[in-house]
Amino acid sequence: MSWFSHFLNSSIGQKLIMSLTGLFLILFLVVHLVGNLQLLADDGGESFNLYTRFMTSNPLIKTISYGLYFFILLHTIMGIMLKRNSQVSRGPVGYAVKKTRAVGTSGLLSSKMAWFGIIILVFLILHMYQFWLQMKMGATPMITYPGHEGEYKDLYSMVIEAFKDTTFVVIYVLSMIVIGLHLWHGFQSAFQTLGLNHKKYTPLIKWVGKAYSIIIPAGFAIIPILVYLSH
Amino acid sequence: MKLNLKIWRQKNASQKGGFQTYTVDANTHMSFLEMLDVLNESLIAKKEEPVAFEHDCREGICGACSMVIDGQPHGPWKGTTTCQLHMREFKDGDTITIEPFRARSFPVVKDLVVDRSAFDRIIQAGGYISVNTGQAPDGNSIPVVREDSSLAFEAAACIGCGACVAACPNASAMLFVSAKVSHLGLLPQGKVEQSDRVLNMVKQMDDEGFGRCSNVTACEAECPKEISVANIARLNRAYLGAALGSEKEV
Ligand code: HEM
Ligand code: SF4
Ligand code: FES
Repeated sequence: MSWFSHFLNSSIGQKLIMSLTGLFLILFLVVHLVGNLQLLADDGGESFNLYTRFMTSNPLIKTISYGLYFFILLHTIMGIMLKRNSQVSRGPVGYAVKKTRAVGTSGLLSSKMAWFGIIILVFLILHMYQFWLQMKMGATPMITYPGHEGEYKDLYSMVIEAFKDTTFVVIYVLSMIVIGLHLWHGFQSAFQTLGLNHKKYTPLIKWVGKAYSIIIPAGFAIIPILVYLSH
Repeated sequence: MKLNLKIWRQKNASQKGGFQTYTVDANTHMSFLEMLDVLNESLIAKKEEPVAFEHDCREGICGACSMVIDGQPHGPWKGTTTCQLHMREFKDGDTITIEPFRARSFPVVKDLVVDRSAFDRIIQAGGYISVNTGQAPDGNSIPVVREDSSLAFEAAACIGCGACVAACPNASAMLFVSAKVSHLGLLPQGKVEQSDRVLNMVKQMDDEGFGRCSNVTACEAECPKEISVANIARLNRAYLGAALGSEKEV
């Protein structure tokens, strides 16, 4: 093996992959949320549909989105491998009584990261099936806007339709809570993994991490709730 | 005070173990290990096999007295070893569960005794300074930044007990390794070899089968010397620097 694969297979190298892919996903969620908030605009979906056209046709964004799929897969596979690895390292006999205390994070949440991750993964598969695949398969109705050339995929109506379904809204909101729990520990953990732990800025990182893991999932969850209540 | 003890008994590494229940008459002035001594004397008097547990200094400096007491390595007190835990913590009639440290890399030898030689091999991989650093006056003649010497001193408090591994849901040895790497690498005498040290100790740690750190911080919470996870961040930085920034083999 080359020095680089040795490095990536070391415990710290694997953690570096988790951290960098996690941070990328954290950035992505912000962009995704800003896009989604246009669903709430009172224009019959025009701004949202114009935006999705831009996001699915701009070559730079398309390239980034392939990177995104790759990073989600990498984060997921690596996360499950790490969990497996921990179970082996823990050994064949477990404790009869075990308390997990922690310092500056939640011991309960941090030891359940893989479970939260698997729930998020199931949600992502459902999510991709429901919106992305339907759009790719051409199952979306088309719409035209005065002043804009050509036909647009009416993804807006598709999303609004989906958000009228009680079961889906409940699953969606619960999944957002799980993402919040994953990031309550994950956000600051990613910085610790990178070696960024310092008296001067760690309190700020922890504070931003908590704010992020409440505001971003809440932002995603509020959209289906508002749509559901107003239809 | 009368106590009920649920203790893990295991004849040797190859046989399966299990819990056995005992009652013991203790008093509040005893240390936890003295309470176990009393139990063992009564077992010997009854011609039963005494409970095997490790101990040496009985004053919190050797790190031998490994055991998990009611789900916590070294018991419920913060920043203390089992030998420093006193029976005044418990009440008459309490049931106390006592188990060995658990981790694949710490196999049980007998009862509460586990084999922690994996830590010795990690130290052999780089937890030292290769040259003779001389006597105290030689050390005193080298200028060291005040903050660095404090941090190195805090890290040097690690007694290699393994409670961090026992507490960690991943059975990771990062707190131990990071304490050694910080203690030696923050000081001028140890800086020279830091890249080799970090790469070799992490490699040995991985080869021994310890788990991957996921920043749960259970190690710091249970460490009898309250070693901070800030050391783990320092180890991560040093490893990334040595692996990506130096010309050393990874
Ligand atoms: C929206 C999607 C997701 C985001 C934003 C995200 C973010 C993060 C972040 C920032 C970390 C901390 C990394 C570190 O400690 O260095 C993390 C850890 C983790 N993630 Fe995710 N994650 C997501 C989805 C998933 C999925 C789908 C899985 C699938 C199993 C997963 C499994 C894990 C595991 C097991 C860890 C703990 C790894 C460790 O700390 O050792 N995550 N995640
Ligand atoms: S870091 Fe703490 S818990 Fe781990 S071996 Fe050192 S003294 Fe023991
Ligand atoms: S016997 Fe030495 S630290 Fe407890």
